[in-house]
Amino acid sequence: MPDKGAVGAKPASTPTNGAAAETRRQRMRMLISALGMLPVLLILCIGFNVLSEGRFFTGQNLGIVLQQAAVNTVLAAGMTFVILTGGIDLSVGSILAASAMAGLTLSKVPELGMLWLPASLLTGLVFGIVNGALIALLRLPPFIVTLGSLTAVRGLARLLGADTTVFNPSIPYAFIGNGSLTLVPGVASIPWLSVIALLVILVSWLVLRRTVLGVHIYAVGGNESAARLAGIKVWAVLIFVYGISGLFAGLGGAMQAARLYAANGLQLGQSYELDAITAVILGGTSFVGGIGSIWGTLVGALIIAVLSNGLILIGVSDIWQYVIKGLVIIGAVALDRYRLQGSART
Amino acid sequence: MNDPILEMRGVSKTFFGIKALRAVDLTVYPGEIHALMGENGAGKSTLMKILSGAYRPDPGGEIHIEGRAVRIEGPLGGRAAGISIIYQELSLAPNLSVAENIYLGREVSRSGLLAHGAMREGVGPILKRLGADFLPSTLVAHLSMGQRQLVEIARALHVRSKILIMDEPTTSLSAAESERLFALIRQLRAEGLAIIYISHRMDEVYALGDRVTVLRDGRLVGSLDKPEIRADTIVRLMVGRDVSSFYKKDHDPKAGRGHPVLAAIDMADGGRVKGCSLTVHAGEVVGLAGLIGAGRTELAHLIIGASPKISGRLELEGRPVEIRTPGEALEAGIAYLTEDRKALGLFLDMSCLDNINLAVLGRDAKLGWILDRDKARERADRAFAGLSIRAANVGVPAGGLSGGNQQKVLLSRLLAIAPKVLILDEPTRGVDVGAKSEIYSIIDNLAKAGTAILVISSDLPEIIGICDRVVVMRAGHIAGEVSRGPNSPLAQEDIMGLATGMEHLDA
Ligand SMILES: Nc1ncnc2c1ncn2[C@@H]1O[C@H](COP(=O)(O)OP(=O)(O)OP(=O)(O)O)[C@@H](O)[C@H]1O
Ligand SMILES: [Mg+2]
Repeated sequence: MPDKGAVGAKPASTPTNGAAAETRRQRMRMLISALGMLPVLLILCIGFNVLSEGRFFTGQNLGIVLQQAAVNTVLAAGMTFVILTGGIDLSVGSILAASAMAGLTLSKVPELGMLWLPASLLTGLVFGIVNGALIALLRLPPFIVTLGSLTAVRGLARLLGADTTVFNPSIPYAFIGNGSLTLVPGVASIPWLSVIALLVILVSWLVLRRTVLGVHIYAVGGNESAARLAGIKVWAVLIFVYGISGLFAGLGGAMQAARLYAANGLQLGQSYELDAITAVILGGTSFVGGIGSIWGTLVGALIIAVLSNGLILIGVSDIWQYVIKGLVIIGAVALDRYRLQGSART
Repeated sequence: MNDPILEMRGVSKTFFGIKALRAVDLTVYPGEIHALMGENGAGKSTLMKILSGAYRPDPGGEIHIEGRAVRIEGPLGGRAAGISIIYQELSLAPNLSVAENIYLGREVSRSGLLAHGAMREGVGPILKRLGADFLPSTLVAHLSMGQRQLVEIARALHVRSKILIMDEPTTSLSAAESERLFALIRQLRAEGLAIIYISHRMDEVYALGDRVTVLRDGRLVGSLDKPEIRADTIVRLMVGRDVSSFYKKDHDPKAGRGHPVLAAIDMADGGRVKGCSLTVHAGEVVGLAGLIGAGRTELAHLIIGASPKISGRLELEGRPVEIRTPGEALEAGIAYLTEDRKALGLFLDMSCLDNINLAVLGRDAKLGWILDRDKARERADRAFAGLSIRAANVGVPAGGLSGGNQQKVLLSRLLAIAPKVLILDEPTRGVDVGAKSEIYSIIDNLAKAGTAILVISSDLPEIIGICDRVVVMRAGHIAGEVSRGPNSPLAQEDIMGLATGMEHLDA
């Protein structure tokens, strides 16, 4: 039998060089996957700035972008929790409308007006917990449950205002909708809406990365049967994530109410769930659960806002905005798939 | 001797800067069963995945098949080069029929429609040749593990593979199914196929191997021809030192045997478990033996509340306890190691650190909820050192580890709990010899410290080596118990007799 010694005479440097190149390539890929969609966001910003002859990077325009991104960021943060468990929440737009209606209605009651804000949050939380309970305890599919509440809660929202638009020009805490937090007087300020959105992201990050509950959320999304066998109360985790999604939708409702001084149960928040889901997916969170980060979601929400703003800025017609947005989303996710290939398991 | 069918020269593979393979040379001849051995993470599966096209090797190596240099790209490339692989985890689509699985990717169609009839007829002769006892139209979901393996082999034969790779094929087979598989492998060898056989079980390697190649740390450390295949030579090559005493049982069951800790009384689930009672004492290691399908795992699931029971009760340290969920079992101090680590045990996308700490996060947490990351890190580092888990660091996803190392990560999670009762379902499945003996000594030490341990295992020598007493299940019932006499060891024949319901059996 020929022995293997005869073939050991290859130049030793060949495999080593090859390996080094391979390592470099993998390092590169890891870096790209850590940055996620951030480069896409930056390219979009720079591109729009060039195309609009410098009108994108003005303090005023950036303020508008941040403000426009705020509500979607808050919804998308809640959606991140849900999608991390492998679920979906289609009802956030409707819950947002119902919460805004509940808040505005209460704000007109003379003695209780100040309580409108907590009332909005509570409305959202309750709807979210109902979603969660149906999913966790009756083991119904999230898609079906939240599709049902998308419709049912929309109806309730209309009912709350007797199917009219509710106005309150003197709503308390209106500053959160239109005011700005002054950072450097006369130079830099940041809209309160954006401050709230950033706080929501920060809190979400803390919960997801620094608490036991956060690990349990990733675990449920990664492998639900294993989570159950490891002693995790899967039902509690599910109720929590849908509760959070509802709560954040309620907060989104409050933000809208304070911004518009008005809400209409039929129109407010229509198809907001799609923007929220898009932001989460653009942010690299896996649709099957278990993988993703809240920072990615923030970037995703900003991409959507920049896209809307930039297309208007350079004067693209409304119709083409839809087409371009759709294509960018598909393209971005395709790019994402490509960069994830390197880490694919077998 | 005839010409080699496969020659690999200087094949390397790097994962994220970690060298999994370093310039490996491997030569395989037609008509031989070539056993590939090595510790967990040595690179066996990686080497085979390169052959099958699942991984691309680092540039610089060469692969020759029948003397011609080939580049294998993608799973189809492996197939085109005449190489078929049966993975550690089977890769059939359970929702499709046997015939559809065999034809997967090469479906026969007539004017755009699937030709089911033709496909069924096409696989008939092969299934017959393999002695299959199922029809081509059967859904794979309805087949046992052994039958599924036959389907995989049929798929390999159907594409006329010249090299068949089997990665730990017997880990989920019963003894009888394994025997049948061996006979089949010998038959295929006689037909001129080259078979590369990966296993951690010495007995299989003696029985089958014509040659053994050993990998250590991604390097090929030697090849042994048939006459040199002995446990000591292989183990020395694998771990680079002698592993003296393999099974470890220092704890004294008689002196240390304390009070009954776990008593399961008349447990039944209305299906696979039909009224089983057993008791485990403090400091005792009880084996739960039986054939595959006897209901051992199902009984364990009943005890920990993972599946609903229709009758039965549990006593823990003499007091009745109600356990309805695995969470309640953990709170009561009963921990369970699942036999199905991929589906029910690990979180493949999560880090090893999180996987190891998962069950004790709440206990370690600050203020009840805030993760104590230093403690978690320390615990994971200790587990890595204690069980010599091989991975770049504790932060890598568990899914990237080799099979045996994943098992060690899962075991570490349970050990972190420090339970009163430990139920281990196939604790050394896919684990290399070195780590096996580490796991045995961990079990031994836990027993010494007073833990009540129940070990489910299909590996009889293992049960005999580490257990004080063996409870045997057959068809959902407790068939009997075999105890260790003052001087007499547990007898394999007694256990097999009870397991099969026959008085004598040449096991
Ligand atoms: N997809 C992957 N990503 C990163 N590292 C990997 C990947 N696959 C394997 N490795 C690493 O390569 C090394 C070799 O793994 P491999 O699966 O080949 O071991 P093995 O010899 O088959 O072990 P076992 O007996 O435990 O199955 C291990 O250190 C493992 O962590
Ligand atoms: Mg392996």
